[in-house]
Amino acid sequence: MAQPLIKKDDDRDDEADYSPFLGIEKGAVLQEARVFNDPQLDARRCSQLYSSVLFRTDLGLFRVDSGYYQAFVSAESGRNLYKGQIEATEVFFAVTKLFQSRDIGLRRMVYLMIKELSPSADEVIIVTSSLMKDMNSKTDMYRANAIRVLCRITDGTLLTQIERYLKQAIVDKNPVVASAALVSGIHLLQTNPEIVKRWSNEVQEAVQSRAALVQFHALALLHQIRQNDRLAVSKLVTSLTRGTVRSPLAQCLLIRYTSQVIRESGGNTQTGDRPFYDYLESCLRHKAEMVIFEAAKAITELNGVTNRELTPAITVLQLFLSSSKPVLRFAAVRTLNKVAMTHPMAVTNCNIDIESLISDPNRSIATLAITTLLKTGNESSVDRLMKQITNFMSEIADEFKIVVVEAIRSLCLKFPLKYRSLMNFLSNILREEGGFEYKKAIVDSIVILISDIPDAKESGLLHLCEFIEDCEFTYLSTQILHFLGIEGPKTSDPSKYIRYIYNRVHLENATVRAAAVSTLAKFGALVDSLKPRIFVLLRRCLFDCDDEEPSEEPFDINSVPKEIKSQPLAEKKAPGKKQPTGAPPSGPPSPDDAYEKLLSSIPEFSGFGKLFKSSAPVELTEAETEYAVNAVKHIFDSHVVIQYNCTNTIPEQLLENVTVIVDASEAEEFSEVATKPLRSFPYDTPGQIFVAFEKPEGVTAVGKFSNMLRFIVKEVDLSTGEAEEDGVEDEYQLEDLEVVAADYMLKVPVSNFRNAWESMDPNGERVDEYGLGPRESLAEAVSAVINLLGMQPCEGTEVVPNNSRSHTALLSGVYIGNVKVLVRLSFGIDSSKEVAMKLAVRSEDENISDAIHEVVASG
Amino acid sequence: MESSDLSPSVKNILLLDSEGKRVAVRYYSDEWPTNSAKLAFEKSVFTKTLKSNPRTEAEIAMFNNNIVIYKFVQDLHFFVTGGDDENELILATVLQGFFDAVSLILRNTVDKREALENLDLILLCLDEIVDGGMILETDPNLIAGKVASHSMDADATLSEQTITQAWATAREHLSRTLLQ
Repeated sequence: MAQPLIKKDDDRDDEADYSPFLGIEKGAVLQEARVFNDPQLDARRCSQLYSSVLFRTDLGLFRVDSGYYQAFVSAESGRNLYKGQIEATEVFFAVTKLFQSRDIGLRRMVYLMIKELSPSADEVIIVTSSLMKDMNSKTDMYRANAIRVLCRITDGTLLTQIERYLKQAIVDKNPVVASAALVSGIHLLQTNPEIVKRWSNEVQEAVQSRAALVQFHALALLHQIRQNDRLAVSKLVTSLTRGTVRSPLAQCLLIRYTSQVIRESGGNTQTGDRPFYDYLESCLRHKAEMVIFEAAKAITELNGVTNRELTPAITVLQLFLSSSKPVLRFAAVRTLNKVAMTHPMAVTNCNIDIESLISDPNRSIATLAITTLLKTGNESSVDRLMKQITNFMSEIADEFKIVVVEAIRSLCLKFPLKYRSLMNFLSNILREEGGFEYKKAIVDSIVILISDIPDAKESGLLHLCEFIEDCEFTYLSTQILHFLGIEGPKTSDPSKYIRYIYNRVHLENATVRAAAVSTLAKFGALVDSLKPRIFVLLRRCLFDCDDEEPSEEPFDINSVPKEIKSQPLAEKKAPGKKQPTGAPPSGPPSPDDAYEKLLSSIPEFSGFGKLFKSSAPVELTEAETEYAVNAVKHIFDSHVVIQYNCTNTIPEQLLENVTVIVDASEAEEFSEVATKPLRSFPYDTPGQIFVAFEKPEGVTAVGKFSNMLRFIVKEVDLSTGEAEEDGVEDEYQLEDLEVVAADYMLKVPVSNFRNAWESMDPNGERVDEYGLGPRESLAEAVSAVINLLGMQPCEGTEVVPNNSRSHTALLSGVYIGNVKVLVRLSFGIDSSKEVAMKLAVRSEDENISDAIHEVVASG
Repeated sequence: MESSDLSPSVKNILLLDSEGKRVAVRYYSDEWPTNSAKLAFEKSVFTKTLKSNPRTEAEIAMFNNNIVIYKFVQDLHFFVTGGDDENELILATVLQGFFDAVSLILRNTVDKREALENLDLILLCLDEIVDGGMILETDPNLIAGKVASHSMDADATLSEQTITQAWATAREHLSRTLLQ
């Protein structure tokens, strides 16, 4: 060997971690490798070295490119390892030299090595002659192994050359040689069927061999040669089932072939007896367990097996159930489990034995026992069974639990009356620890039971509701929410699910929140009585979303200037607002809270009493002007305070003594009583100016205010940040602001409009009809009137379905003075888009009802 | 693998140590085509069977549509895998054949160290039990006899060898016990 046998390869360091052989020197291996060439061959040492190479190729370090093998070599096990690439060809040539050795063990390792290296055709030629010599050797072990190696590496041409020897080997008196040839024949049948089929006579002779394994291999090969000839197979089975097959393995084969013949012959004979059944039955009395079991299994799998045919098979399987061998118990209970699917009654006799397997230390057996019992159990045994399973569940792996859950589901569908205990079981295990697949199996089962067993619906839905309270799997939460949206509204009391669903809106990730919102919407759409509540909740959802984006917040408490001390926001409801009953508390704080604190902190306004309402900010400047101003109208009983929120957007300017000059000439009923200017108004620091007006108490005064910003402007040196001492007085025109009727109306929903309407005195009702003239659409007209009134639409009636010709909107609100007002608006639109409206108002004060009509009439 | 064949078939035989590492493995099925797939299977088999303690009787487990029969001795874990339709008792017979043959070969000192020292014999043993998935021999005495024949006189019969070997084993056991 001129070239080095081994090339080092450092890239595979990670592979070395796996090996028990660490820390070998390369030199040592090369030295070891030289033993191949040593004239005084140390056979045992060679053999050990070989096994090491084999062992490492075992690790899968195979052909990395055409000629190379990745291999690890250990010279002396437990201590040494070299890892590197061995050139396959080199190894192969080295191996061939070992044919000189007469040591049987070493020769065997060479055979093994050749098989492992799967040499190329060129390389095969080198060893063929040696192998063929061994194939004719007097030593049986040489013959047997040479046959197996040759057949493994051979191609068609070589096979025809050695065919004669193989045929002889099949009928060799040495069973090892015969088996080697037969098993090789089985493998060769895949690649060279036409050659192997010529060996039929020899194989048939081998079937009669007295050696157990030869008979087994011969039968396997003979069947494969004839498998496409149904008649031949049938004949083979017929003759063999009458004769004596010695080997248990061969007997198992024969049972399989017999079953196949039965399956293909189809149907029973005229007498009603199944052909070959007697043979299968007789195998149940065989002395080898594997044969008994094979036969029992074959009988249970017969097409349309009758109870009479089943009985003897069940009986032997029942005996196996109490075997001391786990494998036997497993095989038996697994087969009975399958039988229970189609013939539960046939298995019932074994129930006592199966029950004792629930406590089997092998959890696979225990699970099979449980699921078998669940299939065969009768209604009266369900409760007892469930008790046993409960103890058992905590001890088994998820994959087994899933099997049990599925079995319980089918049991529940079988005995719907037992749904209570089964549903309870499912809900209990749902609360326990478990992975996704397991939890999903439980949820799926509950969903199926709810769908199939009407009585189970309510409790099932509540179990699911409780589960999503503490569910870590988004997928399951959304699935359950979706399902609740379908089934919940159909229950007798849909309202009890709302809390669970709404909680998800607050406590979950976006996906679950979205699912919860859409489920709420389904409840709202399907359950009229819940609509108002749902609207409140859904609106809060909107608010929640806004809350996450401060830029859209209408009022920012942080913008309160320093000279007016802001107080921390307390999370409480605005006292003036009436919350609808039954709606969940604790939404985000209403802006009114902040306004109320702010206003009450200003002494000038402290005598105005309770703040009734603050409007949304109204922009008084265009976007991106020098000074950005919006106004909020605060409505008190006999006062209105206008809050101007201002921002100075000019860095070079400092404004001082900033006031708003309000011209109320078009707001006759208002008279200015106080103003709160801004002393200093630097760049980009929001500030507030307040102007207060008095108005007649109880009168919903409306009017238009024109506004002018007046201030002293001082230039600022941007480099020093200091302002000049002297400033110039200046003015800045703002847009007009209107106080409208809607400013006196609070949007307060009612939970049930019809109830609220009917509880109101009909004498206070005022009805009139109005022509709204031609409008863009019915929806536009509806929304205009709602905005005009500033009231809360109820039950989704602000939405006008497309192409509707008429629409009714229900509105509720609280008018200034805390007067509850309900409005029914009926709209109609004709072909010329002329809209007519009937307005019905009910309120606690008929004057207010009249006032609402005035609002509409003057609007 | 013979697809249409009804013959009992073995998918793999594994001999792992008490940490799940390979001592010797043989695969006969292309179900695990890559080395990493094989290692993953071995890891999963090892982990899932670790809690049990099949020292006297072989245990059985089923996962991923395979049946695995296994038995442990000292720090060695023996496994035989077959398809889920396979006759469990046939697979158990293969396992028992392998297990007992290894015990004979290692002269009842069945542990990892001894197994590695005689790795060549264990590999030969595997070679004599299953050939390409087809069961070759399940009788432990015959298997061990074929494997051990190289250290014996080639003319001696297999049965004689086993008896000789049994005596040798017994003698070794006795002396070891006395020396302790």
